Amino acid sequence: MPPLTRWYIKTALVYLVAALVGAVVLASAPLLQLPAPLIAAGPAQIHAFVVGWLTQLIFGVAYWMFPKFSAERHRGLNSVAVATYILLNAGLLLRVVVEPWQAVHPGPWLGRLLMVAALAQWLAGVGFVVNTWPRVRTK
Amino acid sequence: MPRVSTWFVRSSLLCLALGFTLGALMLAAKGVGRTALIPRLLPVHIELLLVGWMVQLGMGVAQWILPRFGVQGVARGAAPAWLAFAMLNGGVVLVAAAPVFPSLPGMLLAGRTAEVVAGAAFLASVWARVRASGLSAM
Repeated sequence: MPPLTRWYIKTALVYLVAALVGAVVLASAPLLQLPAPLIAAGPAQIHAFVVGWLTQLIFGVAYWMFPKFSAERHRGLNSVAVATYILLNAGLLLRVVVEPWQAVHPGPWLGRLLMVAALAQWLAGVGFVVNTWPRVRTK
Repeated sequence: MPRVSTWFVRSSLLCLALGFTLGALMLAAKGVGRTALIPRLLPVHIELLLVGWMVQLGMGVAQWILPRFGVQGVARGAAPAWLAFAMLNGGVVLVAAAPVFPSLPGMLLAGRTAEVVAGAAFLASVWARVRASGLSAM
């Protein structure tokens, strides 16, 4: 298993636990006096689960298991693959932190940070598609 | 990777790119306070990423990695897998387009029905391939 796949899978496992803890916290909202940003964290929690866990696990396993790109570059452009990992996680982390605050206390700076998070995650998606597409082929 | 898998996986990558694009637009819209756009894009975003990306990728990879040696019956040919591919993508397109055409309420139903046909065809194409290999203790 290549090092980048290990990073993907271990990060995905951390997101799995964090997202499940987040679901418990959100479920406790009717019982406890939670701070407003926590109550507004529903979309962030869903994305921690679906992007941080599921999509990230897929990215990591696909990078490892898909057919080789070439004899010299087994897994495509390494720089693109590493950038994809960094952008996905930086964008997601920024989103998880900023989105609930923007929902409760909207402001220009938080809004700009949310746009940076959106751009980072979009670039990660594009990077994964660009690096994976040539590896999807018949024998 | 068999040809049908390449079609499944490449189509799933297109859905990923489209779904991430819509997601980024919606998140950026939250950043500038233009949230009126979100209710129209959200169902399309969810459909593209859950069915178009994740389900379709799973179907494509399953067609690739499940054992084929010695399989008899309908799973021996590629026709059910191609039917699943066509129905799944037709279904995703119809379901994703349904919010854009509210005057055509049958579009959503047709899309979901196509996805059911895709699921059944996929089941037929892999059922006999899910079996013990004799190599693994699990």
